[in-house]
Amino acid sequence: MNTLTRGDRWRRRAVIWLPYGWLLLFFLVPCLIVLKISLADQAMGIPPYTPLIADGQIQASIANYQFLTSDSLYFFAYGNALLFSAGATLGCLLIGYPLAYGIVRAPLAWRNALLLLVILPFWSSFLIRVYAWVGLLKGNGLVNNFLINIGLIHEPLALINNAFAVYVGLIYSYLPYMVLPLYATLEKLDPALLEAASDLGCRPAQAFWRVTFPLSWPGVVAGSLLVFIPMCGEFIIPDLLGGPDNLMIGKVLWDEFFNNRDWPVASAVAVVMLVLLVVPMGFLRRFLTSDRA
Amino acid sequence: MAATIALEGVVKRYPGAVTTAVDGISLDIAAGEFFALLGPSGCGKTTLLRMLAGFERPDQGRIRIDGQDMQDVPPYARPVNMMFQSYALFPHMTVFDNVAFGLRQAKRPNDEIAARTTAMLDLVKLGALGKRKPGQLSGGEKQRVALARALVNEPKLLLLDEPLTALDRKLREETRFELVRIQQRVGITFLMVTHDQEEAMSMATRIAVMDKGRISQLGAPDEVYERPANRFVAGFLGSINLFEAQVRATAPGVLMLESAEANAPLSVADPRDLAMGTPITLAIRPEKIALGTQRDPQWVNALTGIVHGVAYRGEASDVEVALASGKIVRVTAANRDRRVGNALTVGQKVFLGWPREAATVLAS
Repeated sequence: MNTLTRGDRWRRRAVIWLPYGWLLLFFLVPCLIVLKISLADQAMGIPPYTPLIADGQIQASIANYQFLTSDSLYFFAYGNALLFSAGATLGCLLIGYPLAYGIVRAPLAWRNALLLLVILPFWSSFLIRVYAWVGLLKGNGLVNNFLINIGLIHEPLALINNAFAVYVGLIYSYLPYMVLPLYATLEKLDPALLEAASDLGCRPAQAFWRVTFPLSWPGVVAGSLLVFIPMCGEFIIPDLLGGPDNLMIGKVLWDEFFNNRDWPVASAVAVVMLVLLVVPMGFLRRFLTSDRA
Repeated sequence: MAATIALEGVVKRYPGAVTTAVDGISLDIAAGEFFALLGPSGCGKTTLLRMLAGFERPDQGRIRIDGQDMQDVPPYARPVNMMFQSYALFPHMTVFDNVAFGLRQAKRPNDEIAARTTAMLDLVKLGALGKRKPGQLSGGEKQRVALARALVNEPKLLLLDEPLTALDRKLREETRFELVRIQQRVGITFLMVTHDQEEAMSMATRIAVMDKGRISQLGAPDEVYERPANRFVAGFLGSINLFEAQVRATAPGVLMLESAEANAPLSVADPRDLAMGTPITLAIRPEKIALGTQRDPQWVNALTGIVHGVAYRGEASDVEVALASGKIVRVTAANRDRRVGNALTVGQKVFLGWPREAATVLAS
């Protein structure tokens, strides 16, 4: 039965181990280094933290983690990050779903052009696009000036340096990541299923909720994860659009790392963030795979 | 429960299409009939079915079910259910939920839904598979779920779009009998669309043969097979041999013919009194021609030829015989005995014959 030669088996193993090796080297090892630094203490020098093993003894402490619990700023920033991300994910879904549905229903000749429009913003820098929102939303920005010129308002609206601006920035920036997986699942949907639902007594709206939406659920989940996870670590958008009151954990991490040069605390912030994201995702994944059998 | 379906001059054109998909069809289907629309792809049969379901609107004409005009009735409000060619089962629901879908949509009481769904699953012999998802079913099981899902709503008309095409051959033959039995039990009017003449003939009580958006012939299966109205119907239902001929003489109920292709005088039973020299087409089915190595003196129509090709099919053999004129005649000879190795050989001289009643005259 075993007709594989030694060489064949080696090649097969190489194919499997190459991506695993890559992930091990460039993902797991850096994570472990971050974990190691989070257990060290701040030090003057290069690198700016104490070594793990000194004088033949392991010098690890959870003091940095205890420090995170002592200051309500961190709790607040974590909570804010999760809340902003959850709200913006919902916003992306509410805008992205009709968008993806519309593209799928558009004439075939239009579809590729419409998809291109969705990914077109990727062709310019993310940072520049967020800055552009500053120009749009600020007190004498385009939006306020326009509203004043047409006489709708007399005083500029407070559109920037608040939660509203953070939501606008997050939803705008991550919308394509929501639209693309939704498009992929909706496009696979057999139109005969909707005809069958209609034939069995469903009005169009009922057919949507009983057939289309449940069948597009994998796309909803994929799109939501794809936007939610990077949103949680976002620091440019809250920094530029949110002002000082709308702190997210990514901004705190940035400050610890680059302003305070406190690598151990920054690492602890990162590790807690990772745990906060990975553990619920593991449960979600399990729930989804059992549902789809 | 069963209904009378009336189509009155129904026309459907698709924008941009050169031909008219459905070109003025009028048709009455009686309550409880098992009716088949038969034709090649593109003949308009599926468009007609979709208009009955409400997925397409006729450009002209009327569709009535039990006298009620269906023009402005959307699919979800029609007393019609459809069994889709692809079955279109909902992949995220169990077999039970698929079948119960229409009853739940109609807001029937829960105990009624459970009872009717269970009874319907038993009728199609799927009682044990209610908890499975469509992805875990075989093709034949999916087909029965699709049938149950449509029938459980007790529609006035059940539409079947190529109901057996996706099944393999053996299952297809068994399912034909099964479908007819189920139709007789539930008493609902069935309207089937198919391109398979055997399927249509074996199940339907009446067949409409369609060509280019029109009905070419309408009748019972044996009528359309034995007395095809024209060349299209004759050729579409099974194979047939055609001889171009002229009327040589007439006797009461009989036409005497001469045909350059046949190279022999022919005669056919036909009540018409046609003038001498009238060109006609004589049509005869391959299984109605007797084939022998000797001439039978009783044959009224007798031809001589040589074997051009033989295809052994087990229960019968298809034999191609070349006449002196070069015309190839196809004969189906039943293999009645169990002798092996006495097959006809190519080039062998054979005799063909058939009685007057075996052939039919086609309108040219």
